[in-house]
Amino acid sequence: MATPAGAPRTVVGLEIHVQLLTASKMFCGCAVSFGAPPNTLVCPVCLGLPGALPVLNRRAVDLGLRTALALGCRIHPRSQFHRKNYFYPDLPKNYQISQYEYAGHPPLATGGALEIVTEGARRLVRIRRVHLEEDTGRLVHAEGASGSLVDFNRSGVPLMEIVTEPDLRSPAEAREFLTALRRLLQFAEVSSGRMEEGTLRCDANVSLVGDDGVPGIRTEVKNMNSIRAVERALAYEVARQAEARRRGEAVVQETRHWDERRGVTFGSRSKEEAQDYRYFPEPDLVPLEVDEAWLERVRASLPELPAARRDRLMAAFGLGGADADRLTASPAMARFFEETVAAFPDARVVANWLVGEVAAYLNEHGTEIDAITLTPRRLADLLRLIEDGTLSGRLAKEILVAMIKDDLDAVAVVEARGLRQISDEAALGRIVEEVLAAHPGPVADVRAGKDRALGFLVGQVMKATGGRANPEAVNRLLRERVGS
Amino acid sequence: MPETPFETARGLVAAYRAQRTRPSEAVEAALAQVERHEPRVRAFLHLDAERARTEAAAWDRRYAAGEDTPPLAGVPVALKDNLCTRGAPTTCGSRILEGWRPPYDATVVARLRTAGAILLGKTNLDEFAMGSSTENSAFGPTRNPWDLSRVPGGSSGGSAAAVAAGFVPLALGSDTGGSIRLPAGFCGVVGLKPTYGRVSRYGLVAFASSLDQIGPLARDVEDCALLLDAIAGPDPLDTTSARVPPPQARAALGAAPRGLRVGVVTDAFGAGVAPGVAAAIREALRTLEGLGLAIEEVALPTLEAALPAYYLLAPAEASANLARYDGMRYGLRAAGADLVDTYRQTRRRGFGPEVKRRIMLGTYALSAGYYDAYYLRAQKVRTLVARDFERAFARADVVVMPVAPTPAFAIGERAADPLQMYLADVFTIPVNLAGLPGLALPCGFDGGLPVGLQLIGRPFDEATLLRVGHAYQQATDWHRRRPPVA
Amino acid sequence: MIDRDTVEHVARLARLALTEEERERFAEQLGRILEYADRLSALPLDDVPPTSHALPMTNVLRDDAVAPSLPRDEVLAQAPARRDGFFVVPRVFDEG
Repeated sequence: MATPAGAPRTVVGLEIHVQLLTASKMFCGCAVSFGAPPNTLVCPVCLGLPGALPVLNRRAVDLGLRTALALGCRIHPRSQFHRKNYFYPDLPKNYQISQYEYAGHPPLATGGALEIVTEGARRLVRIRRVHLEEDTGRLVHAEGASGSLVDFNRSGVPLMEIVTEPDLRSPAEAREFLTALRRLLQFAEVSSGRMEEGTLRCDANVSLVGDDGVPGIRTEVKNMNSIRAVERALAYEVARQAEARRRGEAVVQETRHWDERRGVTFGSRSKEEAQDYRYFPEPDLVPLEVDEAWLERVRASLPELPAARRDRLMAAFGLGGADADRLTASPAMARFFEETVAAFPDARVVANWLVGEVAAYLNEHGTEIDAITLTPRRLADLLRLIEDGTLSGRLAKEILVAMIKDDLDAVAVVEARGLRQISDEAALGRIVEEVLAAHPGPVADVRAGKDRALGFLVGQVMKATGGRANPEAVNRLLRERVGS
Repeated sequence: MPETPFETARGLVAAYRAQRTRPSEAVEAALAQVERHEPRVRAFLHLDAERARTEAAAWDRRYAAGEDTPPLAGVPVALKDNLCTRGAPTTCGSRILEGWRPPYDATVVARLRTAGAILLGKTNLDEFAMGSSTENSAFGPTRNPWDLSRVPGGSSGGSAAAVAAGFVPLALGSDTGGSIRLPAGFCGVVGLKPTYGRVSRYGLVAFASSLDQIGPLARDVEDCALLLDAIAGPDPLDTTSARVPPPQARAALGAAPRGLRVGVVTDAFGAGVAPGVAAAIREALRTLEGLGLAIEEVALPTLEAALPAYYLLAPAEASANLARYDGMRYGLRAAGADLVDTYRQTRRRGFGPEVKRRIMLGTYALSAGYYDAYYLRAQKVRTLVARDFERAFARADVVVMPVAPTPAFAIGERAADPLQMYLADVFTIPVNLAGLPGLALPCGFDGGLPVGLQLIGRPFDEATLLRVGHAYQQATDWHRRRPPVA
Repeated sequence: MIDRDTVEHVARLARLALTEEERERFAEQLGRILEYADRLSALPLDDVPPTSHALPMTNVLRDDAVAPSLPRDEVLAQAPARRDGFFVVPRVFDEG
């Protein structure tokens, strides 16, 4: 969005935590699983028991490297884990094993960029760093209880932190960036990338720069549980800071929490203690050295990324850019498209249905292609019924919804509802005669060359057949009988 | 001198195999010895006599049946109480872990069980292994069997005293800055700090992770090698355990060390070394020369800087390692007004003064603005210490220093002055900083108290140390002397 | 000598409650130990790389394989307070 003269410029940087798609935790063999009973996925290592030692999960490193490659980062040949020291009841060792960046200690990767499309133009958002760390446990604040509850199932789950440069210029750009990043992570099979489930988490640093070029005080916004929440929280925070600026009030450097229900950010009640994390190299983990051979292995294992997938879909199936974009919105959608085409080779028809009816359904129900009962085979079967004239397009749309809702094949829905298309010419001919007899006016209009009247007559036949008449046959029969 | 049925572990196993005695008899003898002397020595924090008897009876049957038995089958062994034992108390000599029972065994404990050892009990130590006298135990000091008014050294004082007093032929300790070698020296037994990475640290409650190493204590070098063989070798649960073949230490003892070069650290005979200690070391060098070893002089120019560097690095690591004792998940929880106050009161009540001092020191050394001046500088000194040793090992196969500048000091003598206490480790600390193996063995007496000789080797060359030590013990009988308690 | 405010600051970072007497004593003792440590500043260390690990090892990793976790009873048996399968800790103020 263009910045009006005199208005402060928005500067946003994001810190994104990504839960990696591993079977086991970062430093122990406990399973990574969502929704297990509390404290059932824990062991001496992830409980931080005296004497237990961490052992690094190779797959977590591989997934970090995948991401770094996909973002075009510089991967450091040697990196090291550090201890980040702070006390909190969800942190069983009272230090977090994390990578850290300071003189002589690079994280896994730095630099890199991700392209976003904003106001129709492509723009690169620079990545500052990518590093690995362990997740904390989960605190539950029971209503009215005198204490808090702690579940350590999440403790030690592999996380990757991605930090951007402060390159984003609006809440909308932050949304675009997160959408693009999530898509990249999903295509690279690095993370499920679901903010609602916490496998993708985002904190934002926001400040305003006046037209004098002097940067304002920065606040950090947390607790945003969807991409839409990030956009809304940032919009609120930008407006809040702009208002403070107009009034000549100081913005306080602080962490602010987004309240989804009230639609506001708020600062912590208590005064924040100045943090001093006392980082030092983790003596229990030896340094990580990534050589060219390792990188080559990771490169070879890297799945097709969104841009390449989009280009290939366009080239292979003759799709337009807009369709290809929508079909590569998620790897699940792209996979669904290709698998459907394998069973029903008219790619344009498949694309039309996916970006049309199926996407409309997903949107309306706020769900995803891999979370509904529709399968590529079922969609292909449906399209085949249209192709062979068994179903009209209009009927097929209805059937699609029923298939998804009732978890049924197209044929089953057709049979159950008696929705098979009427293509039998003798039967249709009788209905057409009845309609013509009942509507002499429109018949005269058609004969006078008014084509719109023909549409009316078609509609009457459809009405009479409960929409099951084959539209092509009806058209042909009407024209024959009217003699136009 | 009351008879104990065992002089050495290997002697015991040989007697079991020859059916001259049974594990049950050895365990009863050990328990009787404990009953006689433990009230004065106080080497143990926990004893599990019933379990020991049950296990011994099982081994009795297997020996009687002439079955194949593992190398330490039926041998009573004591464990320093910072080694995790499943379902059995592991206190680290601290109130904060009183009553805690680990849900798992340390790797060395599992290996000892596999080797057939009978784990008789857990021995006293300076709280979290922080100390040189075992006076810092929350459960009271251990006393030196040679002189009950003196300290046994620390922090593995309970293990050293238990071996010296004839409670067990073998014990495990841990050594971060000398905690096996100093008590071995003060109690007149043999103690080995293996190369960093030789023995898995999994299940050793951490003090300073980059320096800690578990090692054996025994009456002589050959038993020490036997115990090392039982616990050494790579462990997938400890990524700092080295992927090198096990030492096969006992098998290496046969080869005479003739022709090896011994590097004497000339700087280690300066001010602060008791004349009686210096004399005993010089005498030991003459013995080694007589065995055909060549004596060379070597220099360790960074020796003096090692001690201050250690007292920044070890507390820094400890400050993080001990952060987990917060009263939330296990151990002591003191009442507090709120969360932070609960942390602070728990740690105030749970930790003793030396642990608090080191946590404070380490926290300070890592805190913003001081990292470069203290922690980073100390890490650089660590590099220099390692380089000193590399140069020395270009001229020598084994480097010799005293274990400590003086023999065992009196209980209470240094308790009020931490710096004086720290000086006891001046010759052992550099070895930990460089990650090298160090062997302490008795080489004489000064005023009726044992003097310890320290042999230092190249990384993973425990075999050479043990060979030299074994040859020395073939030529001397210091290791056969027994304290009045025993 | 380091001052008592510094001692109190460090004690807060380390979550240690100190008595007045301990603050006094630690100020004196830590001061002396640090003075002793200041000997290191006389060494020429600019070109010396730091050592954080005793062994020159790298890349010790494990395969991403699931191993059994501990039985929950055993985990919680040691806890000073527990409820419904959770550890109970003094109330942490909800940030929401």
